[in-house]
Amino acid sequence: MRGQDIPMPNQTALLPNTVRFRTLLQRSETTRGFALLSPTLLIMTVGILIPIGILVAMSFWTQVGFDFDTTLTTKNYQLAMDRPIYGALLRRSLWMSGMATIATVILSYPMAYFVAFHIHRNKMMWIVLITLPFWTSYLLRVFAWKVVLGYQGVINSALMALGLIDAPLEFLLYSQSAVVITLAHAWAAFAILPMYVSLEKIDKSLLEAATDLGDGPVARFLRITLPLSLPGVISACLLIFIPTTGDYITPTLLGGPDGAMIGNLIQKQFGAVNNWPMGATLSIILILSIGAISLSFMAFANFVRKRIS
Amino acid sequence: MRKQLIQKVNDPMTKTDAFISIRNVNKFFGKFQAINDVSIDIGHGEFFSLLGSSGCGKTTLLRMLAGFENPTSGEIYIDGQPMSGVPPHHRPVNMVFQSYAIFPHLNVRDNIAYGLRKQKLSRSKRNAMVDEMLDLIKLPDYGDRKANQLSGGQRQRIALARSLILRPKVLLLDEPLGALDKQLREQMQLELRALQKTVGITFVFVTHDQEEALTLSDRIAVMSNGRDLQVDTPTRLYESPMDREVASFIGTMNFFDGTVKALTDGGAEIETAGIGDVYTTNIPPSLTPGQSVSVAIRPEKLTLSSDGHGGSNTVKGRLDNAAYLGERSHYYVSVDGVPQPVAVSAQNRQRANGNAESQRPVWLSWDDNAFVVLGNG
Repeated sequence: MRGQDIPMPNQTALLPNTVRFRTLLQRSETTRGFALLSPTLLIMTVGILIPIGILVAMSFWTQVGFDFDTTLTTKNYQLAMDRPIYGALLRRSLWMSGMATIATVILSYPMAYFVAFHIHRNKMMWIVLITLPFWTSYLLRVFAWKVVLGYQGVINSALMALGLIDAPLEFLLYSQSAVVITLAHAWAAFAILPMYVSLEKIDKSLLEAATDLGDGPVARFLRITLPLSLPGVISACLLIFIPTTGDYITPTLLGGPDGAMIGNLIQKQFGAVNNWPMGATLSIILILSIGAISLSFMAFANFVRKRIS
Repeated sequence: MRKQLIQKVNDPMTKTDAFISIRNVNKFFGKFQAINDVSIDIGHGEFFSLLGSSGCGKTTLLRMLAGFENPTSGEIYIDGQPMSGVPPHHRPVNMVFQSYAIFPHLNVRDNIAYGLRKQKLSRSKRNAMVDEMLDLIKLPDYGDRKANQLSGGQRQRIALARSLILRPKVLLLDEPLGALDKQLREQMQLELRALQKTVGITFVFVTHDQEEALTLSDRIAVMSNGRDLQVDTPTRLYESPMDREVASFIGTMNFFDGTVKALTDGGAEIETAGIGDVYTTNIPPSLTPGQSVSVAIRPEKLTLSSDGHGGSNTVKGRLDNAAYLGERSHYYVSVDGVPQPVAVSAQNRQRANGNAESQRPVWLSWDDNAFVVLGNG
């Protein structure tokens, strides 16, 4: 017994490295967590933090011909504040993607509700069907809307054929509404899926209990279903608002002069205008604005949730 | 008072005055018949249980009372009003769900006050009512907690309070004690019974636990395959079950085949294959001499002894098996001419020494009237 005990410390030292690594992993919850995270963490660092770092650095540089003057200066930020066009485009972008977000969430909620509560068989098939538009390219979908909304497009020709209008409706294409409509369609799946998940999670007996306690269908929806699905609504809002604010493809193809967004301006800075530091500055301002709006939205949603409950 | 009510309900003359009246109700789910021509009357203030194994239709019947399912045919009356076409939120009933269905986004206070919103009460009146309920369920300091900070027993009480605050005419309970551990369940049974007496509301209680049903109920409907087999008081269900199915569902029962030998005043002499002649007054109304019947006896009504004596009401057997359960022991005795071993339950009044040897000869004895004659052979 004793004779076996004595060489133990030496044995640990002789263990191969892999075993020692494994015991280290098993010992600490945190280490294990980081180990699981490590591939993602690596991609996040290389793919996001480094480019953002470069962007931040570049926003303090100046463009000189085809070269950068790397002396740090806040001149770009001052310029962005002074020229009204930047601010106006930023406000318009936030407004338009805000509208697109609201439209998408309102249009998608009934669909998520339907699949969560009224489909009992083949739910997976319905989920796949919802993602079906994503099987074609984003560009193609935007072009499709051009066909639908155009002067000679589906809507205008149909309305004219029916005799409801004499001339094509001009506001349909090359306008803010065209951009909002297209974004609302293009991002629908991103709204439906998180809302579906949170609706699906609601225990059906809670709904029966609400009915049993005297709520009609409307009261029950407002008091139980909606508050319990709010987490899904909030994530849907953020999932749509954040990427659409910086979008430049849809406004380029469907926006016209009235529908241009900040993304178009940033794209021009890195392209035709060839002022990368200014593009970087505008990008940083956009990131900060989106961050501020998202945070205040989350705080507001939290406040609302506490109020209804 | 309570007894009178029950008797009144049992009396066929007054059955039309029943507070809840289930009349020839059938329910089909597709081709599956969940409820098969059930008619039950429940009296005002009664604690009524629907007892049966899972899939017997008891929960379906309860959900039809609540309005979540509609009968395929037949009618349900509550307080004289036909309920067909009345949606759940307009019925004078409330339900305690098996899962309790406590709203997770609301605190205890708001959960309990949930159904009061329609009544347009002042805030102070509403708070007073909620406080009263919190006292009643003995959770006065829990008002601000959220659902996820509560134990199973606490959730159960809150679900109860949430329904009771609305003063429903009928409270429906769907296996509300099923999720609790044994000790808590026994405590809640007592509390539930006391609570029902305090508030005086009609309770309709669904359970698969026969002991629970016997403890709590004024009357019990034993259900099987969508039919109500027998509706009776716990004592009568246990002591005088109408047929073999009820007898074997509630408790343990020993069955013997026999024929009616003679009918005396109020009783019958039954000749059986293995245990000789049996005399009992627990007989169904229409019995004729020569008819073949089943006689049955509960394990605790048999006495086991090792020193034998002949004579009436006694039979010799061999001890097959013994199970020691602490307060009592179960013995299984084989008797010549009886296919199944006879179960005997005896209280361990002496200290057990654990040497109940197998295969030793034993004698079983019983009192007159300990047997019951079952109606359908």
